Amino acid sequence: MTILEFFLWSLLKVVVVIVVFLLGVAYTVLLERKLVGRIQNRWGPSRVGWFGILQPLVDGAKSFLKEDIIPTGVYRPLYILAPIIALSCALISISVVPFGDPGVTGSGGFHFFQIADVNVGLLVILGITSIGVYGIALAGWSSNNKYSLLGSLRSSAQLISYELALGLSLVGVVMRAGSLNLRVIVESQAHRGILSWNLFGGLQFVAFFIYLMAAYAETNRSPFDLPEAESELTAGYHTEYSSMKFAMFFMAEYGNMITVGCVATLLFLGGWTSPFGDLIHLPDFFLVRALLPICWFVFKVFTFLFLYVWVRGTLPRFRYDQLMNFGWRYLMPLAILNIVATSLWLAYR
Amino acid sequence: MHLILFIVFAGLCLAGAVNLLLQSHPISSALSLIVVMVSLAVLYLLLGAEFLAAAQVIVYAGAIMVLFTFVVMLLNAGREERTRGSYAARLVGFPAVAVILGIIATVILKAQGLGSAGLRDDITSTQELSAVLFTKLLLPFEVTSVLILIAILGAVALARHGDGEGTPGK
Amino acid sequence: MNPTYAHMLQQEVPLAWYLLLSAALFCLGVLGFLIKRNLITVFMSIELMLNGVNLSFVTFAHQWHAVKGQIFVFFVMVVAAAEAAVGLAIIIAIFRARATLAVDRIDLMKL
Repeated sequence: MTILEFFLWSLLKVVVVIVVFLLGVAYTVLLERKLVGRIQNRWGPSRVGWFGILQPLVDGAKSFLKEDIIPTGVYRPLYILAPIIALSCALISISVVPFGDPGVTGSGGFHFFQIADVNVGLLVILGITSIGVYGIALAGWSSNNKYSLLGSLRSSAQLISYELALGLSLVGVVMRAGSLNLRVIVESQAHRGILSWNLFGGLQFVAFFIYLMAAYAETNRSPFDLPEAESELTAGYHTEYSSMKFAMFFMAEYGNMITVGCVATLLFLGGWTSPFGDLIHLPDFFLVRALLPICWFVFKVFTFLFLYVWVRGTLPRFRYDQLMNFGWRYLMPLAILNIVATSLWLAYR
Repeated sequence: MHLILFIVFAGLCLAGAVNLLLQSHPISSALSLIVVMVSLAVLYLLLGAEFLAAAQVIVYAGAIMVLFTFVVMLLNAGREERTRGSYAARLVGFPAVAVILGIIATVILKAQGLGSAGLRDDITSTQELSAVLFTKLLLPFEVTSVLILIAILGAVALARHGDGEGTPGK
Repeated sequence: MNPTYAHMLQQEVPLAWYLLLSAALFCLGVLGFLIKRNLITVFMSIELMLNGVNLSFVTFAHQWHAVKGQIFVFFVMVVAAAEAAVGLAIIIAIFRARATLAVDRIDLMKL
């Protein structure tokens, strides 16, 4: 494989992944509207297309055609930059996620199912997530609006606080796998199916719980959606945004949800591997070996997204001081205890 | 490839650093500093320090600079003004810095035996790094953790003065 | 593939360039420290100097294949984080007392 071929294949991979990711974002919105609708005993969107299946496309067209209002008092460069930072950070982090069996390779060991195999993949995802804070912080500050500013101050404080618990909750998993490479982490839990997943066999359910809580806070989702608490802050940091810029924040939020779901799948639920492990031998067709792992992966991420929406539909919102107390007084010590317990277990096993 | 990446990101780095000086609003300066830090992370990656590259993004760009922007937003610091002190500083600053840069550059350019960096060079793995960090350098590591603890206490004590509103993040 | 492109792809970069870049960053930091009049920007210039020095540590670590150079950068980052926390707390305290961030106006030894 020459360098030119490598570039072309990689470009193709990037385009396909981004298109699928954006489609996933669009249909996560639909999933949420449908599910929340059913939880609240109504139908959700059902007019456009069969079962409302074309609703995301129509939503996209609508926000694209709306008038793009830039209020007079805003600090223009940052006001425009903020949604771009938010969306691009959401898009970049998917690039290190392996979503299929790495055993299936092209000529010259070319991997089809991961854009970039980085040795420190997990840290890359954490780093890009932490850059994403700027999108929200700058949006609120440059809008020159007190609701926006309050929303973004809340959000930055919340993200910094919960990033700690999030990072610490992953240490146990990293210690078990002995690597920060996402592919190696998945392969360390592949052999006995569901029994060797970090969630069950790795005894990391406390870490999973912490990760779940921190991830909800990181993506500004209910029950931690204080930065956009509509009853007190109008719409939080994106109060002054309209049209495509608003849509970009919206897409960034759902994109982050999917990324968080992917990370949870890779670290705790065995990634692309089958829950039956080596118990069931697959027929040796190329298509089956290539596509079935992807199906498992998508199914696991979907379960995680379902949980997200379910939680949103059932739990009330926290108060701000409760949120901070919960993060610093309970989640962080619990995460540290989990690290100590895991290392003791690994040392004296 | 290494050359191209180096030129692009070294250029971004310098542009960000110069922009930090040119901008009069602190938040613009903070953003240009973030650009510097992220492109430095790429340069670390080019030099084979992948863990440091990730740490640079997470610690510097993701934590320290968030704290800076947070404080700028909280204090609502406006544009800076030109004063007599700033003219004096310019008068002394530019020649002094030019002299320092000249001295360092001469030393570097005269140095013998400096190697070069290519794409296929060895990468320092996280295992190697932590093996040294947690065995030979364990004492400094523990001392640093005490330092952080003291810093946290100090920050809390300082920010707690007065009415106790709005402590920055940590 | 065109041979000149292939040559460009394999081109190596002398480490002196990295050192020059780090020197330039350090000097820009010094300059910012001297000429900027906003307390927060002055503090940012210090961070810029630290970053410039870090780059030369990593470069030398690459030159001598020494892991300790990289670990030193790690320590610098930790110290910088602690420094930022304390420094920004001090800045907030100053702002509360003096209601300004201009370094020329903060010229009394006690509040």
